[in-house]
Amino acid sequence: MTRIDDKFADLKAADKKAFVTYIMAGDTDYDTSLEVMRGLPGVGVDVIELGLPFTDPVADGATIQLAGQRALDAGQTLKKTLAMAKAFREDDNTTPIVIMGYYNPIYSMGVDKFLVAAKDAGVDGLIVVDLPPEEDSELCLPAKDAGINFIRLATPTTDAKRLPKVIENTSGFIYYVSMNGITGSAAAQADSVQPEVARIKEATDLPVVIGFGVKTPEASKTFAGLGDGVVVGSAIVERIGRGDAPADVLAFVKTLADAAHS
Amino acid sequence: MNDLFNSFMTGPDENGRFGDFGGRFVSETLMPLILELEEQYEHAKTDQTFWAEMNDLWTHYVGRPSPLYHAERLSEHLGGAKIYLKRDELNHTGAHKINNVLGQIILARRMGKTRIIAETGAGQHGVATATVCAKFGLKCVVYMGAHDVERQAPNVFRMKLLGAEIVPVTSGRGTLKDAMNDALRDWVTNVDDTFYCIGTVAGPHPYPAMVRDFQAIIGKEAKEQMQAAEGRLPDTIIAAIGGGSNAMGLFFPFLDDKEVNIIGVEAGGKGVNAKMEHCASLTGGRPGVLHGNRTYLLQDDDGQILEGFSISAGLDYPGIGPEHAWLHEIGRAQYVSITDVEALEAFQLCCDMEGIIPALEPSHALAHVIKIAPTLPKDHLIIMNMCGRGDKDIFTVAKALGFEMGEFA
Repeated sequence: MTRIDDKFADLKAADKKAFVTYIMAGDTDYDTSLEVMRGLPGVGVDVIELGLPFTDPVADGATIQLAGQRALDAGQTLKKTLAMAKAFREDDNTTPIVIMGYYNPIYSMGVDKFLVAAKDAGVDGLIVVDLPPEEDSELCLPAKDAGINFIRLATPTTDAKRLPKVIENTSGFIYYVSMNGITGSAAAQADSVQPEVARIKEATDLPVVIGFGVKTPEASKTFAGLGDGVVVGSAIVERIGRGDAPADVLAFVKTLADAAHS
Repeated sequence: MNDLFNSFMTGPDENGRFGDFGGRFVSETLMPLILELEEQYEHAKTDQTFWAEMNDLWTHYVGRPSPLYHAERLSEHLGGAKIYLKRDELNHTGAHKINNVLGQIILARRMGKTRIIAETGAGQHGVATATVCAKFGLKCVVYMGAHDVERQAPNVFRMKLLGAEIVPVTSGRGTLKDAMNDALRDWVTNVDDTFYCIGTVAGPHPYPAMVRDFQAIIGKEAKEQMQAAEGRLPDTIIAAIGGGSNAMGLFFPFLDDKEVNIIGVEAGGKGVNAKMEHCASLTGGRPGVLHGNRTYLLQDDDGQILEGFSISAGLDYPGIGPEHAWLHEIGRAQYVSITDVEALEAFQLCCDMEGIIPALEPSHALAHVIKIAPTLPKDHLIIMNMCGRGDKDIFTVAKALGFEMGEFA
C-alpha cells in the first residue's frame, strides 16, 4: 500500500471524488514552486502531480512546455525536484506525490539510483508519458519492485484489445486522457468520455481519474463525476506562469477542488 | 554455424531494438498507431505489388538508378584513393529523401490516411514529402524550425509551390529537433486521418528499420555498379550523418561485407568540445531517450537535450538513428566528425574540380574523403554518397564566405 492507495480508499469511504493537480517543479523558481506545492493540500488537493521539467515535452502543449523552460532556466534539475518532494514531506506525510514527466532525465540519472532517491524523498507514484507497456522493463517493473506506483495513461486510441496490456502493470490509479492531443487542448467533451471510462471501470478495480482539457470549476465537477477523480494542470500552470502570487493561485485551485468535491 | 549468427543485417529484434538502441518510447495515444504501422509495413515488405509500385516510381519518377560516378579530377588532385560519387543528388527533388518518402506515402495510402505530416531540417525531406503528396493529391503539412525557414528559403518556397502548408516552429532554437516535437504533437492530436512521414532512420520502431529498408536502394545499386565498374567491392564507403538515413541506406547492403570499411561523418560544427557547439552525437554525446527511441544524444548532466550547432540545417539534430548507435558500439562502422570550416572547403573544392555543387550535408562526407584519400593507395576504392545538391545552400554558403548576392548583378 502506498499513500495513493490509502488516499483513494479514504476518499471512497467518504464517498468523495479525488481532486488531482499538476504543477511544474521549479516554476517559476524553486521557492515559489515549493510554496504553491505546500499550499495545495490546504485548499483541497488530494493528489499532487509534480512535473519534471524536460526540454522536449512532446505530449504537452505550449503552457506546460513554457513552464518546463522557466523551471530549467531557473536551474531546476531532477535532483532538485526530488529535494522539493522531500521538503514538502517535512510537514505533510499523507498527500500522495506523483512525479510526472519524460524518461530521459530519469534514464540519465540511472533507474536504480532514481528509485532509491524517489523513495527516500517520499514519492509515491510515477507517470512517465513516453514509456508505454511495451517498455515496462525499463522503469515500470523496477518501480513496482521498489514499492512505487507506476500510473499509466489510457487514451481514446486504447482499444478493447489493448486495454488489458495498459492495465496489467499499472497501480495506484489509471489516468484517462479525455482526448487525443496534448495537454492544455480545447475543453474535453463529457459525452465522449463517459462510455470510455465505463469501459475501463469494467476492466479494472483501480480508480480512474480523468484529465486533459479540464479548465473550469464546472468542468472539474463534471469530469470528477464521470470517474473517481479529475486532474487539472495547464489551467493552474498558466496562472503560475503569468506571475500570479501563490496565494492567488491557491485561491483558484480551491474553486476547482470545491467543485470536484461537491 | 548458421551465417545469420554472424550477420549485421538481421536487426532490429521484435522489440525494435538494435542491441540496446531503438525501441518504442512514445505516449499511449500513439502506440496503437505505431503497432498498426508495423503490421502494415511487415505485410507490405513481402508484397510484390508494393515493391512493383515502388520500383516503377523509383525508375520513372525519381530517376533511379542514380549513377556511380568516378570523380577523376578530384581523385588525381588528392593523389591517392580512387573516388566514386554515388549521385543521389540527381534524384527528382535533389536528394536521397524521396527514396523513403515514396515508400511511406504508398504505405499511408494503403492505410487509408489522407493527411501527411512531416518534419524537415534543410527542407529536402519536406520538399520530397510535398512532391509526393502533390502527385497523389494528399494534404501535406510540414513542420520546420523557424531558424531553418530562414536559412533554407528556396526549399520553403518550393514546398509552397507544391501545395504544402509550412508551419514554422519557434520553440527551442527553431531547428529540426523542435520541428520533430511539433510534428509529434500534431500526430497525437490528429491520429484518425494522419500519417507521420519521418525523414530519417530515427523515431519509434518501425521507423528506423522501415526508412533504412527504403533507403537501402542506394547501397544495393552502389554495390552492383562498383562490381560492374571495377569487378569488386569498394574498400571504403563514406556518408554524412544527421539522423543518418542516407548513410544507413548506403551502409546496410555492405554490413556483412566485412572487408569494406564503413565511415559515417557527423557535423562537427565549431569543433567537438565541451561547449557542444556541434551535432556529433556519437563523438560527443551519450545514450538517452528522445523522439521515440534510445540512441546517442547531445545532453547535459541532467538528461536535458542540448541544441547542437551546425552550418548544415540537415545535420542540425542532437540525436542519430539507433542502428548507427549500435554499429558504433559494436565497432562495425567508424564515426568521425568534420567542422563547418572543413565542410565549406570541401564544398568549394567539389565545385572547382568536378562541376558539382554539393549540398552542405555531403560536403561533410567529402571533407573526410579529402582527409583520408591522399593517405591511401591508388587502387583503394572509395564510394562517397553525394546525397543532395547544393542549390538550397548557396545563400548560406555565400554568407559564410562573405559574398553579398547583390554584388554579382
